[in-house]
Amino acid sequence: MPDKRFVIPRQDINRENFTSSIPDFNRRSDIMKTDMGYKCIITNIVSLNEQEKLFQLRIIDSGERDTFRFKPGQFLMLELPGYGDVPISISSSNSNHEFIELCIRKAGHVTSALFTFGEGAYVAIRGPFGSSFPMDEMTGYNVLLIAGGLGFAPLRAPLFWINEHRDRFLDVHVLYGVKTPSQLLFSYQFEEWEKINHITLHTIVEKAEAGWQGKHGMITDLFNDISIDPENTYAVVCGPPVMFKVVCSYLDRLGIPMNRMFVSLERRMHCGMGKCCRCMVGSTFTCVDGPVFDYWSVINLKEAI
Amino acid sequence: MIYKVISKSEFKKFTDAVVHDNTSFGPRQVDFDNRGKSIYQFLPVTSFYEIAFDYTTTASSAKHFFLPFREELSRFVFRDQDWDQQITYEANPIVLIGLRPCDISALNILDDVLLNGNFPSPYYLAKRKNTFVIGMDHLPLPDCFCKSMNHHTIATGFNVFCSDIGHDYYLSINSSKAFNFLKEFDTRDPLDDDNCRLVERRKLISNSFLSEVDVTSLPSILDIEFESPVWEKWGNKCLNCGTCAMVCPTCYCYSVNESFETDLKSATRQKRLYSCNLVDFAEVAGGHNFRPKNGDRLKYRYYHQHRGFAENANKQICVGCNRCGRACLAGINPKDVINDLRMEKESCLINVSSSPDKT
Repeated sequence: MPDKRFVIPRQDINRENFTSSIPDFNRRSDIMKTDMGYKCIITNIVSLNEQEKLFQLRIIDSGERDTFRFKPGQFLMLELPGYGDVPISISSSNSNHEFIELCIRKAGHVTSALFTFGEGAYVAIRGPFGSSFPMDEMTGYNVLLIAGGLGFAPLRAPLFWINEHRDRFLDVHVLYGVKTPSQLLFSYQFEEWEKINHITLHTIVEKAEAGWQGKHGMITDLFNDISIDPENTYAVVCGPPVMFKVVCSYLDRLGIPMNRMFVSLERRMHCGMGKCCRCMVGSTFTCVDGPVFDYWSVINLKEAI
Repeated sequence: MIYKVISKSEFKKFTDAVVHDNTSFGPRQVDFDNRGKSIYQFLPVTSFYEIAFDYTTTASSAKHFFLPFREELSRFVFRDQDWDQQITYEANPIVLIGLRPCDISALNILDDVLLNGNFPSPYYLAKRKNTFVIGMDHLPLPDCFCKSMNHHTIATGFNVFCSDIGHDYYLSINSSKAFNFLKEFDTRDPLDDDNCRLVERRKLISNSFLSEVDVTSLPSILDIEFESPVWEKWGNKCLNCGTCAMVCPTCYCYSVNESFETDLKSATRQKRLYSCNLVDFAEVAGGHNFRPKNGDRLKYRYYHQHRGFAENANKQICVGCNRCGRACLAGINPKDVINDLRMEKESCLINVSSSPDKT
């Protein structure tokens, strides 16, 4: 019989109290299972243009589907087992509890793999993660949504929210700039938004193609078309990195208070939980403290834009 | 905390007993460097004699027992289109012998980072809970600057900590496990004389530091000097190899990679330690790199170590062990970079013209 006096007993963290229950990603205490994804089935794929597709997902397990709730502006980690996981902002309405829509550009190796998937394929999601747009705070104000290119995807969720609660807002303007007319996302919904929901939509393209009737120029040119009342306006900006600096400083000069100007930032992410540090901006994490920041945080964090 | 004194011969018996019954790791000499000095690493040990108790410091830190270079996060087993995701949070008990105060401090900082916040890491927790830490104090190396970072003494994060007071070890016992083990050995309560010898020892350690880095108000200096040419200067030297982050006891940034097994029936998600100095650290899909230049990445590393965490937890991540400085192939060390940054600051102050004379 060997002497066992000095053997250190093994501690099993799986047996400790903070286990069980369905994971809630936005609360502490659920230390376990944050790495476990919700399994989803791809129910529909809409090809928006050559590069971008809209994937409609449905969480398979009904219990998980009931727990999955998000706020406009949050993102999720989309997992393709064997390929990897990528952060994707949610572009569907948060009152739609049955389906989740993700607007995805074919850019990296995970999204390239995803583009080979068809309807009925299985993927998994983790999340939702991150901060959201303060939709309740915006109540009673004019709203200015400014998007560049794929930056329209994260703004579609707040736009849905505005559509569903249209009477709570004053004027709503959407300024949307893209490189070429074929890159306009969700153009099939423009008419619905304008006619039914009374949202003023302004689009502009950098390089006009034959048959393009609309405007031609940079996104800042659209500011000449609208009159902004800086005292009563909330602005939300999302686009490529170069766009933020120009648009935000313009809005700042107009006099929109810093705490009423929001940006949604993009960074490389690997965990979504503030651990891998890949998305760190200054001292904050884009995944936990962001991706939605107000303009004060953005200029306070040195390398944000 | 309970304090005891144990003679060195009795301590050998204690170490032998613990090492014999558990998977243990301690400092062992592995090689000599180009100046003929010994290189030590934490390696498996089976008896007291294998442990180099008089070691200076190890080349790699003890973090790799908690954050291995590669760690499997989960495994996917495929069934047709569907799959099972398997995650295990398990670790076998290990004993770490001879950790220096800065190494233990580093573990405390990792605890803060990885176990606080909204998403505590169960992988880390399992390993941390199953580790028995025996700490040892030491006389600093000429380039250690732990004292400047206030990590040359330690009050928590270990099971038992040994201070060398001549013929005996002065033990600080911080866990019931360690206390129960030590019951089996001949220890005594510290006498006045022992306490005096401990104070002497601490004074000696404290006075032996040759390197000093002034870190007062460093977070704000890092902010003010964000555009400083110092970053470009040091960045141009940097080789982007990422060695500094690998040997650092507190660097924890990682990347997640997934790969299929060759039979295509399963896949694994693996976490790999990464370095913020590697070129693609902040590169997003589509090719935009948020930190394109060497200097940007070097700056970010110092920013994260000395500023980022200070804002969140009022603590700097760096413990002052200078492993990165010793390991750097380009000869960049934190002491020089920080001092350079401070000089930059001070020379600015000198250049401010004096107020005009009164007429």
